[in-house]
Amino acid sequence: MPEPGSRGTEQDTAGSAAAPGSPPAGRMTPKSIAVWSLVALVGAAGWAVLALSRGEEISAAWLLAAALGSYAIGYRFYARFISRRVLQVDKTRATPAERLDNGVDFHPTDRRVLFGHHFAAVAGAGPLVGPVLAAQMGYLPGTIWIVAGVIFAGAVQDMVTLFFSTRRDGRSLGQMAREEIGPFGGAAALVAVFAIMIILLAVLALIIVNALSHSPWGVFSIGMTIPIALFMGVYLRILRPGRVTEVSLIGVALLLLAIVSGGWVAESSLADFFTLEKETLVVWMVVYGFLASVLPVWLLLAPRDYLSTFMKIGTIALLAVGVVVAMPTLKMPAVTDFASRGDGPVFAGSMFPFVFITIACGALSGFHSLVSSGTTPKMIQKETQVRMIGYGAMLTESFVAVMAVIAACIIEPGLFFAVNSPPGVVGTTVEAASQAVGNFGFSISGAELAQAAKDVEEASLLSRTGGAPTFALGMSEIFSSVVGGTSMKAFWYHFAIMFEALFILTTLDAGTRVGRFMLQDTLGNVAKPFKQVSWKPGVWITSAVVVGAWGYFLWVGVKDPLGGINQLFPLFGIANQLLAAVALAVCTTLLVKSGRLKWAWVTAVPLAWDATVTLTASWQKVFSEDPRVGFFAQRDKFQAGIDADKVLPPAKTMDEMHTVVTNATVDGVLSALFALLIVVVLADAARVCIKAVRRPETVELHETPYVRSAIVAPAGLFPTAEEKAELAAAGLELASGRDRGPAS
Amino acid sequence: MTAVRGAFDRVRFYVREFSGEAAYDRYVAHARGHDPDAPVLTRRAFERARTDAREADPREGFRCC
Repeated sequence: MPEPGSRGTEQDTAGSAAAPGSPPAGRMTPKSIAVWSLVALVGAAGWAVLALSRGEEISAAWLLAAALGSYAIGYRFYARFISRRVLQVDKTRATPAERLDNGVDFHPTDRRVLFGHHFAAVAGAGPLVGPVLAAQMGYLPGTIWIVAGVIFAGAVQDMVTLFFSTRRDGRSLGQMAREEIGPFGGAAALVAVFAIMIILLAVLALIIVNALSHSPWGVFSIGMTIPIALFMGVYLRILRPGRVTEVSLIGVALLLLAIVSGGWVAESSLADFFTLEKETLVVWMVVYGFLASVLPVWLLLAPRDYLSTFMKIGTIALLAVGVVVAMPTLKMPAVTDFASRGDGPVFAGSMFPFVFITIACGALSGFHSLVSSGTTPKMIQKETQVRMIGYGAMLTESFVAVMAVIAACIIEPGLFFAVNSPPGVVGTTVEAASQAVGNFGFSISGAELAQAAKDVEEASLLSRTGGAPTFALGMSEIFSSVVGGTSMKAFWYHFAIMFEALFILTTLDAGTRVGRFMLQDTLGNVAKPFKQVSWKPGVWITSAVVVGAWGYFLWVGVKDPLGGINQLFPLFGIANQLLAAVALAVCTTLLVKSGRLKWAWVTAVPLAWDATVTLTASWQKVFSEDPRVGFFAQRDKFQAGIDADKVLPPAKTMDEMHTVVTNATVDGVLSALFALLIVVVLADAARVCIKAVRRPETVELHETPYVRSAIVAPAGLFPTAEEKAELAAAGLELASGRDRGPAS
Repeated sequence: MTAVRGAFDRVRFYVREFSGEAAYDRYVAHARGHDPDAPVLTRRAFERARTDAREADPREGFRCC
C-alpha cells in the first residue's frame, strides 16, 4: 500500500517550472561530472595515504581530505538517492510547520537557521569524547568508522526519522514506536531512553569531575559560569526580555574573563580553596544537578543554553579553521597493538565490537532520533529539506568527531596514554607513568610529562580520563601554534575545558529534567498527583530520584579502582546504540508498512550492523571469561580474592575489593538488560514487518493526510536553477533569507 | 555601501532567528496576520510564557550528548 502522499514521486526534480536550458532531471552535466570526479579523487587520495602509510607520520590534511571527500559524495549521491527514491519526499506536501503554524513552536523556519538549531541540538560533548578514547587503537579504525558509519548509518537514521516524524505532525520516537510497532516496542523504547539518560549523565559528569579535580583554574572558571548564567537569566527576564543576542555577547565576554582570571586565581592564595578532590566534586555536581533542575528554567537553564550554543558554534568553527591553518602531523600510529590484542588501558576489548561502541556520537547516535522526532519536524518548511537538515547536520557532527580524532592523535602518544589510563595502570608519579607507558611501547620521559602539565598550568595530567583533557591538550596544541605560541597553551587548554564543561553542565540540567518528566509521567499512572508536572513535592521527589541515579554511577565511577570511564563508557555506548536500534527498527518497519520493502535495506542494513555490534558487545560484557572485558568474570575474580582474603591489584584494600564486586554486578546486570531490550524491540518490529508483507491489507499507517503546500523554498543550501525559477515565479527575492511563500 | 548593508542585514537576520530573538516579532505577525487589531501579549509576558512552556515540557529544546 503506497503512502497517500507519495503520488507524483520525483517531485523535486520533475517540477514543471524547470528553468530553460537546465538539463533533464537526474542527468548530470559534463561540468558536474568533472567536479564530482575531482571530489571523489580528493577523498580517494586521502584514504590512499591513510591506508598506505605505515610507520611514518602523516599530515592531518589527509584525514580531512578523506573525510570531507567522502561526506560530499555521500551527501550528493547516497542522501539524494534516499530522499528521492526511498522516502519520495514531496515538495507539494505541506509540513506540520506550515499546516499547524501557530507562530510559536510550529512555524516554518528558514532552512539555514533550522540547520543551525538542529546541529546545536544534536552535537554536544559526545563527538568529542568517543573518538578520543577510541584513539587508543590508532587513528585509522576510529576514522573509518566515523566516516563510513555516518554516511551509511548515522546520517541515514537522522534523516529518515526526521522524515517519518514530519509526516506524523512531529510525533516523538516513543510515540511512533508505540503506534507503528506496538506497546511492547513502545515500552522498550521508553525504558531505553530513561536508562541511557542516566548512564549518559553519569558519564558526562564523570568527564567533568576528572577534568576539574585538583585544577583550581578549571574549578574557578567553570564555577563562574553559574553567576554569569544567573545574571543573564535575570537580564532576560526582568531588564530586557528577549534580547538574547546582546546578553549572549555580554555573557561570552564574561566567560572569557572567567577563563583568564582562573589563571590568576590558580596562582593566588585562593588556589587551595578551589583545589578539590574528586569526591568533593561529585557532591557538588549532585547538589548542582538537583538545584539546577528544580530552579525555574529562565534563571539558569535558558541563559546557560544560549551561552553554550554560542560557544559551541563559535569554537567548532574556530577549531575547523585552526586545523586547516595549522595542519598538524598525526603522531599516533595508524593502528596500535591494542586493536588486535584488546588489552588497551583506556577501554578493554578488541576493535570489534568496541571501537563501534566507544564511538557512537559522530558515527551513529541513537540519541539524535529524539531531536529528529519532536522539535525539528515542527519547524521544517519543506519535506525536501530533510536531506540538508537531517543528513547534513549529522555529517557536520561527524566532522567534529574527525577533528576530535585529530586533536587526540597529534599529541605525543606517550602523553595520550598517560592521560587516559586509570591510576591503577600508570600510577601516580610521572616516573611511574613514563615507565608504564614505556611498557605499552611508547616512550615519554617523566620530565616531558611534567613539562606537558606545566605548559597548561595543571599540577598533573596523569589519569585525566574521559577525553575532555586530551581533547583540550590537542586543541591547545593547534591553537597555540596559530596564535600566541607556548605562552597561550594554558589559556587554550582551559578554554577547551570550559567549552566542553559548559554544555555538559547544560545537559546535566536538561537531561535531569527530561528524566524527571518521564518519571512523573510513569508515576502519574500509579499516584495521580505526580501527573501534575508543576506539583512541587512531585518535582522534588522525582528530581532527587533521577539525580540520585546518575549520582550513584558517578560516585561509583570515581571510586572504582579499575577506572570509572573504563567501566562506564562501554555501557553508555551500548545504551546509545540501543536507542539507535529502536530508531532504525521504527524506520525499517515504516518503510515496510508503507509498501517499500525493496528499499527497506537502507535502514535494515545499518540496523543489522548496529544490532550485531551491540549484541556482541553486550554478550562479551556479560559472558566474556576475560575479567578485563566481562563484568561477571571480573566479579568472580574479585569475589574469589575476597574469599581467599587476598587483595588483588589494582584494588588496594578489602573495601575496594568489595567496591569492584558490587560495581561489576550492577554493570553486568545493566548490560544484560540492554541486550534483552534490543531483542524485544527487534522481535516486535520483525513481527509487524512480516505481518505487513503477508497481509498488506491489514496495515494501518498513522500518517497525517496530504495537504497541498503553499510555501516555495529550496531543498538544499543553494537553490538550483529550477528552484531559482520557482522562487522568481512566486515573486520571492533570492537569498533574502526569507524564502517564504505568500502567506496562506 | 548597499552591499555591506545587505550583508549586515542578513547576518542580523540569521542571528536573530537563530537566537530566538525574532520569536516575539513572529508571534505578533502571526497573531495580527488576519486581524491587525488582535490583542497580543507584551514582549515581557510573551518571553515569560515561552520559558514557562519549556518548564512544563522539558523535552522541547533538549540537547543531545
